[in-house]
Amino acid sequence: MIRLPPFAYRRPTDLADAAAMLAGEGPETRLVAGGTDLWPNLKRRHQQASTVISLMGIQGLAGVEETEDGGLRIGATTPLSTVADHPVVRWRYPGLSRAIDSISSPPLRNMGTIGGNLCVDTRCTYYNQSEEWRRSINYCMKAAGEICWVAPSSPRCWAHSASDSAPMLAALEAEVELVSTRGSRRIPLPQMYQDDGIEYLAKQPDEILTTIYLPATSDAAHCRSSFWKLRRRGSIDFAVMSTATTLWLDGHGRVERAAIYLGAVASFPKPADKAVERLIGEIPTPELLDQVSELARRKATPMDNTDFQAQWRKAVAGKYIRAALREALGMDPELLAPKHQAGGTPTS
Amino acid sequence: MQADTTTQTLDINGERRTVCFPSHHTLLEVLREECGLTGTKHGCELGECGACTVLVDGEAVLSCLVLTAEVGERPIETVEGLQDGNALHPLQTTFADLGAAQCGYCTPGILMAAKSLLAHNAAPSRPEIREALSGNLCRCTGYHKIVEAVEGASVLLRGEAWEPEAETIYGHDVDS
Repeated sequence: MIRLPPFAYRRPTDLADAAAMLAGEGPETRLVAGGTDLWPNLKRRHQQASTVISLMGIQGLAGVEETEDGGLRIGATTPLSTVADHPVVRWRYPGLSRAIDSISSPPLRNMGTIGGNLCVDTRCTYYNQSEEWRRSINYCMKAAGEICWVAPSSPRCWAHSASDSAPMLAALEAEVELVSTRGSRRIPLPQMYQDDGIEYLAKQPDEILTTIYLPATSDAAHCRSSFWKLRRRGSIDFAVMSTATTLWLDGHGRVERAAIYLGAVASFPKPADKAVERLIGEIPTPELLDQVSELARRKATPMDNTDFQAQWRKAVAGKYIRAALREALGMDPELLAPKHQAGGTPTS
Repeated sequence: MQADTTTQTLDINGERRTVCFPSHHTLLEVLREECGLTGTKHGCELGECGACTVLVDGEAVLSCLVLTAEVGERPIETVEGLQDGNALHPLQTTFADLGAAQCGYCTPGILMAAKSLLAHNAAPSRPEIREALSGNLCRCTGYHKIVEAVEGASVLLRGEAWEPEAETIYGHDVDS
């Protein structure tokens, strides 16, 4: 049996108490909600914890409700399955349901929370291994070692972002609320991340992610969204590449505003700015979407840090971005080349 | 570090049991080691295989990644609670009739995931069954018999008659 290391366990029922505990405890204090990320990391000794503070007993931290301004407020400890299956989310924010439905497996979605998925640890081939495996390579800089085995001459860690809800919520222009003993602040979701495999969160260590806000202008009446995820199996696996797209069209079908975020190709959900610029003011045609997905694909710089060969992932990234854009616009996603589709003729 | 202990009354298969356990122990450890309920299997213990699936509040969860102290008084259901006296649960009946278990290690987890599915959806389609069981790995056999067995159990649970399909090899009757 792989057992958790012993730790002091705290279960506050009040957010202010939780913030005070977090501020008062030492650096080896960790927050836990669903536990589907922290427990495996502690079991494999990737992470250490002297004290674990559970957020699951805090009243009012879970739940989905519509706000007065027509948007949506999601409590951070709401289980992923509750968010994805919520009728308002399914109806008004279908891209979010789609992204969450792709996370891991059904029991893990019953346990894992939306806040936990936004804060999920970055992943890497050289990190997400057993203790014995990692010891055999003298560890890596993300845990106990000195070298990044993905890029040994690099001064930084290249572990990749592993959240599926983060690129989609970023593309839906979500904001998050962070609470500490110093007060609370509300920031656009992308500002919660930074480009480093170890310090991937720009959130301060004493801050607790409490709430996710979705604006009314990101719902299905105002925009079109889509999410595609690449992985080896259709369940359980983390993304090796994902793409989240949101397009706001005007009355003439021109793109007024757009967002394209790529998951698992960097240490943070990566925006494809040049691709978005190319779209603005245009009426999307299949040819334009080909150009846009090529521009976005250049932003995807997958490295040797996860499943599949990096070059192949980069090539497939373009197809997935194109499929997501086409699907958002109601076109056939055409993910595969004609010869792979039903009725196609194999050429070799 | 000296581990804290917790004493807690758990509601397991409708029976209330007071157990004392280290606060950092998972539900899987407490079920197997403190309660002697070894029907719940430990597989990967990292949330990747589904062997340890149990129901908490009727929802399928992986007991290897649930801290027992988090469960509180919410009802826990394990594979031991499926049968009613000597009467097998319809899922157990159809799994046995169809031979949907080979080594059987993944079976308790699959039965519990299937029970949760059937509680939410009395007549699931095969894609819905596959989706509900997509977190449970079986390394012996294919998933076909398992999906058929869950479908058969849904028929039995609706009070309708069910007979296993006759086995064939390449379309030929096995017995002839």
